[in-house]
Amino acid sequence: MTGTAASSPPLFVRGLRKRYADVVAVDGLDLEIRAGECFGLLGPNGAGKTTTIEICEGLTEPDEGEVLVLGRRWGERDRELRSLLGISLQETQFSEKLTVGETVRLFRSFYRRGPTVEAVIATVQLQEKRGARVGQLSGGQRQRLALACALVGDPTLLFLDEPTTGLDPQSRRQLWELIERFKAAGRAILLTTHYMEEAERLCDRVAIVDHGRVIALGTPGELVASLSAEHVVEFALGQGARVDEGALRGVAGVAAAARRDGTWRVRVAELHRAVPALIAELHRQDVQLTELRTHSATLEDVFVELTGRQLRDE
Amino acid sequence: MTSERRGWRDHPLVQLTLVRYREFFREPEAVFWVFVFPVLLTAGLGIAFRNQAPVPTRVAVIERGEASRAVVEALGRSGDLLAQELPEAAATDALRTGKVAIAVAPREAGGIEYRFDDERPESRAARLLVDDALQRAAGRSDVVRVTERRVHEPGSRYVDFVVPGLLGMNLMGSGLWGLGFTIVDARRKKLLKRLIATPMSRTQFLASFVLSRLTLLIIEVGALVGFALLAFGVPVRGSLLSLLAICLLSALAFGALGLLLASRARTIEGVSGLMNLVMLPMWIFSGVFFSASRFPDALQPFIQALPLTAVNDALRASMLEGAGWARLAPELAIIAAWLAVSFTLAVRLFRWR
Repeated sequence: MTGTAASSPPLFVRGLRKRYADVVAVDGLDLEIRAGECFGLLGPNGAGKTTTIEICEGLTEPDEGEVLVLGRRWGERDRELRSLLGISLQETQFSEKLTVGETVRLFRSFYRRGPTVEAVIATVQLQEKRGARVGQLSGGQRQRLALACALVGDPTLLFLDEPTTGLDPQSRRQLWELIERFKAAGRAILLTTHYMEEAERLCDRVAIVDHGRVIALGTPGELVASLSAEHVVEFALGQGARVDEGALRGVAGVAAAARRDGTWRVRVAELHRAVPALIAELHRQDVQLTELRTHSATLEDVFVELTGRQLRDE
Repeated sequence: MTSERRGWRDHPLVQLTLVRYREFFREPEAVFWVFVFPVLLTAGLGIAFRNQAPVPTRVAVIERGEASRAVVEALGRSGDLLAQELPEAAATDALRTGKVAIAVAPREAGGIEYRFDDERPESRAARLLVDDALQRAAGRSDVVRVTERRVHEPGSRYVDFVVPGLLGMNLMGSGLWGLGFTIVDARRKKLLKRLIATPMSRTQFLASFVLSRLTLLIIEVGALVGFALLAFGVPVRGSLLSLLAICLLSALAFGALGLLLASRARTIEGVSGLMNLVMLPMWIFSGVFFSASRFPDALQPFIQALPLTAVNDALRASMLEGAGWARLAPELAIIAAWLAVSFTLAVRLFRWR
């Protein structure tokens, strides 16, 4: 690879801004991806993830800010830079009348170097579908085809925009395995997602994005640890039941308590101490418990903590 | 597992052009409209408007006893007339409904009355034939000796007129749809955006349309002209080279127009509307099914400037009259101007995303 690519970070973004007619999509965003790293942009729909990644891909012009891809700026020798990138856009529909093999071969023809068509198809495990028309593929198979088309040029940096959105859990896991294998080969990846499990499983570092800005940055472990309470207790009460919120926060080991859509979410450090104390407190207040769940804190809880909203408003 | 050396089939331009063919031939409707439909239309029009052996003109003779019988007998001697005695009311009816071209009424006082509609060309012809037959029967002799020679020349029939028009219409339709539809569909599916995210050359992408159109063109023109030639003997009097050159230039011009119409549209509905808006006036004004000269003089400058008018005029001049390059130059210049203007505008307006 070229000298600049080796010495500078795969992707460097500073002060990025992009405004559309009536909305600010990206509002002063900074990013830096390290060599060999899988970096995740995690945020709800409309947070500015796709606009950011498409600016990095050289498909959208930013209003302001600096973008260095493999040490280079867009606008000079673009085709050479494109030959070093692998890109999977959100919602690309390949021509339904072509077969898998024909589609991969078409994309392969645009790159001077890279794996053979057969090798790429084997990588994404579509050998059996090689002669099938794209129109007959399932959602998961189409996403794997998109990944194949991103890999045909043996990219140094891979951009994946919501690679598993809309897939069933099994197809999603299959795609994760493919991305992990690509990661193991030491290439850098920028991935956007609104699935916290995806970010937790695949990403070395995650930037949580909301309203076009990075509101938290770190490894998934660091971000969760920043909550200073590793578990979440969720419970719901019988109809008309009222709870003394102050008393709830006063329970030993409770770090925060908030109610949303009829469900209380309480963050605690130690489950085995906090849960009995919470139940005792609810018993004291004489309210009826209809539901009780606990889980280890996740990136989702980090997002809720930072924004007061859920990642996926379903 | 990496490879660098590849054959000519893996050249991006070859791959892109192959995609054009695959997308076209795997769409049976497109194949039907481009190749089969024009041939069927030619067959239909050729049969419906074929020249028929002259049929005798029907004449009603109003019943007046001896007088009308003599008239029927006199008319019967002419091979061109078929006379029939009818009561007055029935004769008037037959004339009104067009079953006969003229009604002949012998007068009691002697002499004959012709009843016919002077706005109907066949009635005016019938009047001359009937009068000629009756005057001869009464003893008139010709003062000038005449001889006749009957001529049926290919090139003057309706099918000869309509085949170049259909060819022009087909070139327009496949050029506009072939580019416009495919490009807007790819834009709608974000495939255009995905393609420009690769190192693909944008020039080669557009060139693949030109290449595939040109090869399909040969089949398209060959099928229609070949069928017209074999089934109806439609003449190709000009050189094949000039016919191909006209088709080539026209296909490029209509392709550029299709590119222009598709340069911004995001939906199939949007581009379909634009295409119909552009094509409809040309179907009517550009002399596909009937001569453009039927429109008033005031409209002629507009009509002559339309690309399809120039294409149809050039095709007719070449096929029917065997016109050479010098005769074709004005039409070719109009087509080339459409090509240049459309392409320049299209490149300037085109959006890849």
